[in-house]
Amino acid sequence: MTEEIIIPNLQRKRIIECLNSGKRFDNRKFEEYREIVADLNISENAEGSCSVKMGNTEVYAGVKLSVVEPYPDGPNEGTLSVGMEMGPMADDVFQNGPPTIEAIEVARVIDRGIRESKLIDFEKLCIKPGEKVWQVSVDLYAVNNDGNLLDAAGLAAIVALANAKLSVYNEEEERVEHELSKNPVPIKKENLAFNITVHKVGDVFLIDPTKEEETLSEYRLSMALSDNEGHPRITAMQKGKDGGISEEDMEKILKLVEDNFSEIYKKLSKVVWGK
Amino acid sequence: MAKKIDSAYTKRSDGRKFDELRPITAKVGVVPSSDGSAMYQSGKTRAIAVVRGPRTLHPKHMENPQRGILRVTYQMMAFSVWDRIKPGNSRRSQEISKVTEWAFDEIVDLDAFPNSVVDVIIQIPQADAGTRVAGINAAVMALAQAGVPMKELISAVAIGKMDKTLVADVNKEEEDFEEGEGATDIPIALTSRSNKIALLQLDGKISIPELREVIQMAKKACSKINDIQVKALKEPGKEIKG
Repeated sequence: MTEEIIIPNLQRKRIIECLNSGKRFDNRKFEEYREIVADLNISENAEGSCSVKMGNTEVYAGVKLSVVEPYPDGPNEGTLSVGMEMGPMADDVFQNGPPTIEAIEVARVIDRGIRESKLIDFEKLCIKPGEKVWQVSVDLYAVNNDGNLLDAAGLAAIVALANAKLSVYNEEEERVEHELSKNPVPIKKENLAFNITVHKVGDVFLIDPTKEEETLSEYRLSMALSDNEGHPRITAMQKGKDGGISEEDMEKILKLVEDNFSEIYKKLSKVVWGK
Repeated sequence: MAKKIDSAYTKRSDGRKFDELRPITAKVGVVPSSDGSAMYQSGKTRAIAVVRGPRTLHPKHMENPQRGILRVTYQMMAFSVWDRIKPGNSRRSQEISKVTEWAFDEIVDLDAFPNSVVDVIIQIPQADAGTRVAGINAAVMALAQAGVPMKELISAVAIGKMDKTLVADVNKEEEDFEEGEGATDIPIALTSRSNKIALLQLDGKISIPELREVIQMAKKACSKINDIQVKALKEPGKEIKG
C-alpha cells in the first residue's frame, strides 16, 4: 500500500496562496517544465536506454527486444509492453513489492500514449507473419521522485525508443543473437507524441509539478500530444485523481495546451533528438 | 602473484594484470530525496544504492525492541543484462539481499534505534559480473553518507579462478570461462580495519592453499577500493576515478 505524502496544513495553505497569486515556489511559469537532462546508454546490454532528469525527478528507461508469437488480431504486427517500477529507491513512501496501482496507471498511460500515437511502426517489427514478431519491452524505473514521474517516465520511454537498435535475428537458427544490428527500432518521427499532464492546484493550472505541488493537486489531465502542423493533436487522455473537471476548468486546460504546445513540443523534442 | 602456474588461462581477455581491478568510478549523493546514496562502477558493472532511515518498520511484527534492523533489497534492472529479467524480486535477488544484509550487520550499530529499520536499496542498471560486490561497495558509501553509525567500512571484490589462475574483479567473459578447471567465482567482502570477512560465497572448486591466496588477493583489492570509497565520501557529488 502506498502511503500518502503528508504536508502540514500551514505549508499547504502557503503553497496554494502563493500559486493563487500567480507564483510558484521555484519561480517557474505555470506552463514551464523544469530543466530536463537526458543521458543515453545507461546500459550497454539494452537495445536502447537512458536516464531522464526533470529537475530532481529522475527515471531510468530501458528497451529490450524479444521474439514472440503475434496476437491473433495483428498477425503482421510487433507488440509493445511497458512496465513501471516505483520502488523504495525513489521515495520514502514507495515500498517494495509488485507494482502498486499508481505504478500500473503510469505504465498504462505511457503505453497508450506510445501505442495510439503510432510512434512505433509495428508492421516493420514483423519477422514471419502469424508466427514471429518482435516484442518491444520498455522498462521504467523511478530513481528519484520529486513530482511528475508520469511525464518524466513518458519522456524517458520515448528517448530510449528513439535511440534503440534492433538486435540481430539469426534466421537459420531462429534465435536472437547477443548483438545489436545497425537498424533502429522503426519509429515514425512525425507521429512523436509527448505525455503532458496538466494539474489543478488551488485555483491554477500547471504542468510539471514538484512533489509538493503534486500532493496538493486536485486532479490531473494527461494528454499524449503530437504535432499537427504546429497544432496539438491528442491521441490519448486520462483524467487522474478524484476531482471533477468543470466545463470552465476544461476550457482553461485546453487553452493552456493550445497556447503553449509549440514551445513545450520544441523543448521536449530537443531532449529526444538532441537538437 | 609471480609464481609460475601451469594454467589454461594465461592472459586476461581485457588485457588486465591478474590482480588488476577494472576502472572504478565512485560517486556519493546520486538520489537527492534519500538519506544517503551512492554509485559504484567497476568496468561496465554499475550499482546504485540508496539508504532510507532509520524509520518506522513495516510490517510491525519484524520490529526488534532491542535495536534497529537493517533491511537490504538488491535487484537487477530488467535491461541490465542481455536477456531481459522480469522486474521485482527473484530467488537469486532475495538471497543476495540476505547475504548483503549479513555483511552489513557486522559493521552497523543500530542499538540507538530500537523498533526502527534502515532500508538499503541496491539497483543494478548495467551488469558485467560482480554485481553483488558492486552493490555492497555502493551501499556502504550510502550508509556512511546517511550517517548510520558504523564501526568501520566494507569493501568487496569478486576473485575468480580461471582454470588454475587467480584473478581479481572478474568480468562476465571470465565468469563464463570453461577450459581446464573452468571458472570459480568467489565474491568476498572485507571490513576496512579489522579485515574480517563479512561476505563470502564460492561457486566452482578450489583447494585450501588456493583459498588462502584468494583471501590475500581480496585484501589487496579491497584496500584499493576502500581508498576510493573514502575519497568519494569526502567529496560528495564528485565522480572519483581509480
